[in-house]
Amino acid sequence: MTDLFVYSLRLGDDALISAQRTAEWIAAAPQLEEDVALGNIGLDQLGQARTLLQYAGTVEGAGRSEDDLAYFRDEREFLNLQLCELPNGDFAHAMARLLYFATYQQLLYEELLKSSDEMLSGVAGKAVKEVAYHVDHATQWVLRLGDGTEESHQRMQAGLDALWPYTAEMFSSDELVQRLDVAVDPSTLQDEWTRRVTAVIDESTCGRPESSYQHSGGREGRHTEHMGYLLAELQHVARSHPGATW
Amino acid sequence: MIEPLWEIFVRSRRGLSHTHVGSLHAPDATMALRNARDVYTRRQEGVSIWVVRASDITASSPDEKDEFFDPAGDKVYRHPTFYQVPEGVEHL
Repeated sequence: MTDLFVYSLRLGDDALISAQRTAEWIAAAPQLEEDVALGNIGLDQLGQARTLLQYAGTVEGAGRSEDDLAYFRDEREFLNLQLCELPNGDFAHAMARLLYFATYQQLLYEELLKSSDEMLSGVAGKAVKEVAYHVDHATQWVLRLGDGTEESHQRMQAGLDALWPYTAEMFSSDELVQRLDVAVDPSTLQDEWTRRVTAVIDESTCGRPESSYQHSGGREGRHTEHMGYLLAELQHVARSHPGATW
Repeated sequence: MIEPLWEIFVRSRRGLSHTHVGSLHAPDATMALRNARDVYTRRQEGVSIWVVRASDITASSPDEKDEFFDPAGDKVYRHPTFYQVPEGVEHL
């Protein structure tokens, strides 16, 4: 496995698994307008995933398509962040995750624009505008829920707190990203991410989450107990009817 | 929770006026604008959006239809149809 293949999988899997979780909100969001908003966001993420997985397949050179990589890999072969696979929880949890993840993606894609790999910079070029809107959407809701009623404030705080221990994984560097000159070392994004996210949290009147323990392992294919169920739902039709078309 | 209703107006391209496209619910104007973006411009329908709280619109009443609109019905002289157009005038 080449570094570029693995790197494309990491970014593609983040987007794919986020898209799957986000899509679960369709017809379950607090209002119709939010169904559509989250549907749009999930589809943006899915679009990023398709391009990245297709590219990973090309780089690998073993003839695997985006569908092969999405539907016929097993849990340990997925390299997404654990943050992306966690169950949705309530709406405040979803907005906390979107704030954390989209802000990370925004900073990542802004840097990836400068990559000398044309495919990666191309994906970033299209995605930066999409994720800027995702950040805005999450920000608007975090502010309103945090600075809303007593219950919405308490739920927003709970969401921010519960997901905080999964944020450090976004910025963990390793030999691969240091070796691969077309990649962005995510550790360089952490300061700016913290600045932007805490600015929103402060304005929302919520407290800054603290946690001494931080989860990790997604980039090595180690996942939470929720990942298997997510993949079962994502993959079962494709595996029950291999090669089916409609 | 029942959120306020907002009427949405979209300008499809520069030079045209904003046109009413529908309504939606949102807690405030900022969110109404974002919801409108998601609901009404996802297929590139517009370049500009206005949102107006539905309760801020004063509308004519169907009960007043007769006195409001019927008197204009027999005033054909209000239409610019009684002028002779000189020959050779284009683009009129």
